[in-house]
Amino acid sequence: MRLTYREAVRTGLTQALASDPRVFLMGEDVGRYGGAYAASKGLLEQFGPDRVRDTPLSESGFVGAGIGAALGGLRPIVEVMTVNFSLLALDQIVNGAATLRHMSGGQLSVPLVIRMATGAGRQVAAQHSHSLEGWYAHVPGIKVVAPATPHDARWMLPAALREPDPVVIFEHAILYPEEGEVGDEPGPLPLFSACIRRAGRDLTLIAHGGSVGKTLAAAERLAGDGIEAEVIDLRSLRPLDGETILSSVRRTHRAVLVDEGWRSGSLAAEVSARIMEGAFYELDAPVARVCSVEVPIPYPKHLEDAALPDAERICAAARDLVGATAGARR
Amino acid sequence: MVPAEATAAAPPVPDQATARTWLGQMLLIRRFEEKAAELYSAGKIRGFLHLSIGEEAVSVGAVGALAADDNIVSTYREHGHALVRGLPPGAVMAELFGKANGSSRGRGGSMHIFDAGRRFFGGNAIVAGGLPLAVGLALADRMQHRPAITACFFGDGAVAEGEFHESLNLAALWKLPVLFLCENNYYAMGTALARHQAETDISRKGVAYRIASAAVDGMDVTAVADAVRAAVARIRSGGEPFLLECRTYRFRAHSMYDPELYRDRAEVDEWKRRDPITLFTDRLAREGVLGEGEIEQLDRSAHSATEAAVAFAEAGGWEPVEDLAKDVYTEAGNAPDVP
Amino acid sequence: MGEFRMPSLGADMVAGTLTEWYKHPGDQVHRGDIIAAVDTDKGEIDIEAFEDGVLERVVVGEGEKVPVGAVLALIRAAEEPGTVSAAPPAAPPAPAPAPTQAPARAEPSLPASEKRVRVSPLARRLAAERGVDLTAIRGSGPGGAIRVQDVEAATPVAEAAAPVAEGRQDRMRRAIAAAMARSKREIPHFYLATTLDFGVAQAWLAEWNAGHSPTERLLPAVLLLKATALALREYPELNARWENDRVIPAGEINVGVATYLRGGGLVVPALHQVDRRSLPELMRDLRDAVQRARSGNLRSSDLADGTITVTSLGERGADTVLGVIYPPQTAVVGFGAIVERPWAVAGAVGVRPVLTASLAADHRASDGRQGAAFLAAVSQLLQSPERL
Repeated sequence: MRLTYREAVRTGLTQALASDPRVFLMGEDVGRYGGAYAASKGLLEQFGPDRVRDTPLSESGFVGAGIGAALGGLRPIVEVMTVNFSLLALDQIVNGAATLRHMSGGQLSVPLVIRMATGAGRQVAAQHSHSLEGWYAHVPGIKVVAPATPHDARWMLPAALREPDPVVIFEHAILYPEEGEVGDEPGPLPLFSACIRRAGRDLTLIAHGGSVGKTLAAAERLAGDGIEAEVIDLRSLRPLDGETILSSVRRTHRAVLVDEGWRSGSLAAEVSARIMEGAFYELDAPVARVCSVEVPIPYPKHLEDAALPDAERICAAARDLVGATAGARR
Repeated sequence: MVPAEATAAAPPVPDQATARTWLGQMLLIRRFEEKAAELYSAGKIRGFLHLSIGEEAVSVGAVGALAADDNIVSTYREHGHALVRGLPPGAVMAELFGKANGSSRGRGGSMHIFDAGRRFFGGNAIVAGGLPLAVGLALADRMQHRPAITACFFGDGAVAEGEFHESLNLAALWKLPVLFLCENNYYAMGTALARHQAETDISRKGVAYRIASAAVDGMDVTAVADAVRAAVARIRSGGEPFLLECRTYRFRAHSMYDPELYRDRAEVDEWKRRDPITLFTDRLAREGVLGEGEIEQLDRSAHSATEAAVAFAEAGGWEPVEDLAKDVYTEAGNAPDVP
Repeated sequence: MGEFRMPSLGADMVAGTLTEWYKHPGDQVHRGDIIAAVDTDKGEIDIEAFEDGVLERVVVGEGEKVPVGAVLALIRAAEEPGTVSAAPPAAPPAPAPAPTQAPARAEPSLPASEKRVRVSPLARRLAAERGVDLTAIRGSGPGGAIRVQDVEAATPVAEAAAPVAEGRQDRMRRAIAAAMARSKREIPHFYLATTLDFGVAQAWLAEWNAGHSPTERLLPAVLLLKATALALREYPELNARWENDRVIPAGEINVGVATYLRGGGLVVPALHQVDRRSLPELMRDLRDAVQRARSGNLRSSDLADGTITVTSLGERGADTVLGVIYPPQTAVVGFGAIVERPWAVAGAVGVRPVLTASLAADHRASDGRQGAAFLAAVSQLLQSPERL
């Protein structure tokens, strides 16, 4: 079945609400408005205002209420409109959801799903363009996933709802209108695993969320030059699927990490460190990164484009890494 | 800040059994915390230790008025709440020690006392951080048609936080059974109420959210118990939140390492004249509810319960380092299902 | 510069998905050459160039859906000056393709004391393993860094030197060559074939397909795969590996399906546990594997998990296929074309659809007796297609 990412999210939400009476959706404008990205359009009519609950603009309040409701036996899905606004709820997520289980000596668990849009690329300027999923991935006690395809957007949600611990789902805002094949079943991939979106043997390109498409496009261009790039979609940012990353790098001996976050202290930095730790003696070139330029994301299109990773920069990094002698040793 | 004398006539003293319970609990908190201060100085307890000495009437009056199914969300000054809720003093003391036989297996310490079975949801050390949680717990009860209410403690400092305002609004908007219990001890750490609030009458903060509110003398256990009982009855029948401000005072420093530069010794002494334990025992003696001997007997019990708690904590082992990363996530198939 | 656009292939076509580029930047194209495949609402269609020249730049990547009229690629006419690059104009010039022409990077001049030999971790490890003196090697990497190929080049190994500037096709051809040469070098093949009546199966298929929507219809190949897998249950030595002088049965029956790629070459994605899959599931698996094979999206498990290979050249008109075993497997099954032939049934001659099934097997692992019985079992199973 071909669905847009938006429809896939909505299908996942509908199924979750229909199949488990403990599940409810809450967030800003999820009900009457239909969701800022229309992901929950029509759900209010179907499930009523108790289970599709509009909230005031109180990110800390309603995220914390989601934690409390999870402690009270429900399975809340809290939509924080965007990662930018989630900063107002960081206290509840980092000091609350992430700590309660450990701090209570294992007495409590917080089966909470938090969804939020992330990323730049729509000319909405600095305060609406952050890619801060790396911050969340830093925090033990929560789990973080980033569906890059409609299929994952559809099926990561029910898998996250089965988790006994808090899961944050990052939906890149540019993906909502993207169409893709959505299977009838989640498929064999576990929620917290990476996957190889394209096989190749000259180098490994690693991306997640909204960067996966750009990276695949880059791989396609590279193939035109005779460079066979393997593309890994991380899917899960915490835990990281080190095995898939390392086994690929052990085969290709080179890696370029693509991350829309800023380079310093980025998720890409973490992946790079993992590669150094686990595959140093397999590397034939330094790990390279293509991240956002370290500026608040500007409004005008030409500047925004220049700030973000794109296929061209990915290709350039890959060519630099492989050098002029791609394929020669085979 | 000068102590306010009770404005309304104090409620009648309770029957003998209740009086014994209340006094016994206040004395237990007092002796337990005095001992904790001593053990802190001896290096047995580390980290932050916030004592509620002077505020015992609020713990006893408020927690005692709740039903066993009601939820409690507390603060980092929560030893009293936990003890009145029925957590074994030994488990609380062991938690202060950081021992594996502590109520949170030592993972939390003084500020993070939890007991899921007793619906005691912590021990939150972020000022106002517990209020949204209380809203959610009440929401879960409401959506699952359970009659429980959620009592949420916080201090006057929390009133300045956005989470206070967000939570009051949410609870009122959604008509949730939350008792917002402000323990106003007139200082947010070292900042006096008048130095952090434009409106110092905290009970009036409910007006903007259409939340029924009241203020009560937090040094008088009978007044607190009475006010909380009334508030709980109103929440249960009307299904809407209530804000109760308990005006109280901590006799000791904010935490152990605090030279108290921000308040006068005279002010503390003034408040100590209204020590909740003294006020209550004087009245019980005056009205002939409990005799001198009985009161002394209760104090001896509090001392011995404290000594037993210390012995329990001393006897406890340390969590093995191999278990360091345990309970960061739920182990597969091991998720507790808190209803 | 000529613009190669998404063609309008019908009045009702509004968009198409570019599924494969057969030509790549730098390739010569001639008027009439098929240069790409496009998926439309009506199916996949090869599209052709209408001018001569060099494919300068690909604008639309594989998998992208674009409206009719959108520019897919730029073709530089023969007389136009080239911009050399396969990359977009803004990008830095692409590196030259040949390994022998190491890029002339400016070597930063360092004080003598800092002239440390830069060696990649992998190259250093390989050099240690092969006992190569790193100080005797000149590195081809940035700043003269020694990379793994420099160490390999300095190592006297028996391997033939890799051809220069090979593409994907070349590499695939070489992989096939290596596997097939090894097979014929090491595996003593024996061959058997039998012609079987496909009439019942064909009638059953026709009936099934009439009752199902186009997406649920089955191809004859699915019956052949299932029959093969079920028959293999009784002959584990054919579904095995030959290792260390003994036969090791594979356990699962994962059938590799020889799949020919449009641009040439062949890959063998495996369908898993074929004996346990229903026919519709198998159809889905097969379609999925072929599609992924053609779009270059195979997973490594697709290629590594096969325990036996089936090859069918029936659609290409061959009656009999005698295959070469894909090591370390121990057998390959071939199916030829389904053709109508005079056929005797119960003493009378009629015209029946028949097909030749063949087996090439490793004589170290099995003998002709098992092979013949296996083919008979396949034939028998195909006489009761409803039970497959």
